[in-house]
Amino acid sequence: MDRDLQGYWKENLKYLGILLSIWFIVSYGFGILLAPTLNEIQMGGFKLGFWFAQQGSIYTFVVLIFVYVYLMNKLDKKYGVNEEDA
Amino acid sequence: MDVQVWTYILVGITFSIYIGIAIWSKAGSTSEFYVAEGAVKPLTNGMATAADWMSAASFLSMAGIISFMGYDGSVYLMGWTGGYVLLALLLAPYLRKFGKFTVPDFIGDRYYSQIARTVAVICALIVSFTYVAGQMRGVGLVFSKFLEVDIFWGVIIGMAIVFFYAVLGGMKGITYTQVAQYCVLIFAFMVPAFFISMQLTGSPIPQIGFGSTLNDGSGMYLLDKLDQLHTELGFAEYTSGTKSMQDVFFITVALMVGTAGLPHVIVRFFTVPKVKDARISVGYALIFISILYTTAPAIAVFSRVNLIDTVSEQPYEEMPTWFNTWEETALLNWVDKNEDGIINYAPGAAIVGAPVIQRDGFEIQRGQHNQVLITNEPTAGPNELYVDRDIMVLANPEIAGLPNWVAALVAAGGLAAALSTAAGLLLVISTAVSHDLIKKQINPNISDKAELRYARIAAAVAVVVAGYFGINPPGFVAQVVAIAFGLAAASFFPAIILGIFYKKMNREGAVAGMVAGLLFTLSYIIFFKIAYPELNTPENWWFGISPEGIGTLGMLVNLVVSLAIGMIYPEPPEEVQEMVENIRYPK
Repeated sequence: MDRDLQGYWKENLKYLGILLSIWFIVSYGFGILLAPTLNEIQMGGFKLGFWFAQQGSIYTFVVLIFVYVYLMNKLDKKYGVNEEDA
Repeated sequence: MDVQVWTYILVGITFSIYIGIAIWSKAGSTSEFYVAEGAVKPLTNGMATAADWMSAASFLSMAGIISFMGYDGSVYLMGWTGGYVLLALLLAPYLRKFGKFTVPDFIGDRYYSQIARTVAVICALIVSFTYVAGQMRGVGLVFSKFLEVDIFWGVIIGMAIVFFYAVLGGMKGITYTQVAQYCVLIFAFMVPAFFISMQLTGSPIPQIGFGSTLNDGSGMYLLDKLDQLHTELGFAEYTSGTKSMQDVFFITVALMVGTAGLPHVIVRFFTVPKVKDARISVGYALIFISILYTTAPAIAVFSRVNLIDTVSEQPYEEMPTWFNTWEETALLNWVDKNEDGIINYAPGAAIVGAPVIQRDGFEIQRGQHNQVLITNEPTAGPNELYVDRDIMVLANPEIAGLPNWVAALVAAGGLAAALSTAAGLLLVISTAVSHDLIKKQINPNISDKAELRYARIAAAVAVVVAGYFGINPPGFVAQVVAIAFGLAAASFFPAIILGIFYKKMNREGAVAGMVAGLLFTLSYIIFFKIAYPELNTPENWWFGISPEGIGTLGMLVNLVVSLAIGMIYPEPPEEVQEMVENIRYPK
């Protein structure tokens, strides 16, 4: 079977770029660099920057991994490199 | 029943479970011993990874550290979870596809060089030994605090248990005991958190509770109250912290990257059958870890508020009984500097060094308010209270007035956390010796049976060495944790990433990069932490980066050197480039 492995790798790198950007923005952006600014905003009893640093970033990390798993499983099937066909 | 009886019962039950699993899962081949035959289910692996990862430090110390650092404690929360995103996206699936046993295996094969393999083995050994000594110490501490056993015997008992299931069962035994240990430790961590959150805020879920209003009818948010208490006492606001922004940034990067580069974590993803399983099991692992890591900052806030409310500006004689119990363990102390009988809590150290109790024979000496006297010099500052950060988790059940079995549960949980991490590290050490050194370098013709025997001997020796350091900790145990993460960040991580994502990376570049990153990071940490600790202040740091965060710069040094040196030398051979091509696809 002729498989477009270059295409697979390119799409993989695209996903990595997008997901790691979100990873960076939420933790280093919201949790650290923008934290003093976001702390002006109150969400319930939390200052928003503080919340991102101690709660929000961790929830985001979990979601990012599961989104990645979902995207990659689909990508594996699309390019015929998924292990079930073995 | 009192706490001690409960502790004997709970610790006895959990230890019997661990031993039972060890007997059931005895390893018969090196493949079983190193990677549990690569047949572990993703959910099981996720749970085992979580227990492997969460050490005595995560369980006993982290909430306490955050409690005293406030916002600055976020470096640990983000640093020790964000690394899993890097693991899932950049490392685990590709290393699983590569399909050997260890990290030095990958480095050695990918960079077609025994030197690269040896550098990786040395890094793995340094990182794992620094880490494991701390775990054994944790085991000894729990035993001595809760069971009134001498630290020496505490460590010996811990060693015997780990010896039994790690040496016998290898990765297979470790995996299934870690699953049991995860259940014990997470239950033990959550139960007091639920109770205390309920008491303080009326919300049973701690993650919501610490953002809620107080239960006392004032309608004030808990965090606002804490910020106010801090300001009144002269501390920085809890939700803002005191570290510089660039230092917080660099420490977080170093911890994240270090986490993703720790060999005992990476090796767990060699144990699942498929690439797909490696990806999803990182996700499961992070869910299991997050339960503790999102609860810890809540516990930090609850115990901080409870502590300040109970002790600050209160007469010593009105202190609850737990205060006296913990004074006697030297984890808590009050020095009445102005002789008013009232506890003045303020920023700064109260005494020089850690408390040493004054004794006449075995008799503890007491002052005029019946407080425990210590031999330490008081400092000139206004603060009169010494609080060890570990007390925040250990004493939490008592401070909140919870039943005795909860305190015993915390002891069993602390032991589970320490033992599970120690076992994972011991396996890395034994594999590094029997597989990476003996099989791959000294005697490649060794039979599987003989290799397995060497693996067991190496694990046994490692247990004894770790136990020795647990009983006689070198003075710098706390500091060496920074070394473990810094080294992992500055050595393994860039070498593995370049190995996967940059096909043309050659052995000359990779070896030069690892050595440069390693030496740079080590010298900076040794200079500030061991050689000249008096110079360890922000004015003297490069770019305001503390030794904890220097691994980030070490990683950049590694990358730059790798790429620069790599350009001078020829491309890697064809078959290596093909191998890199091959690990990029699941099939």
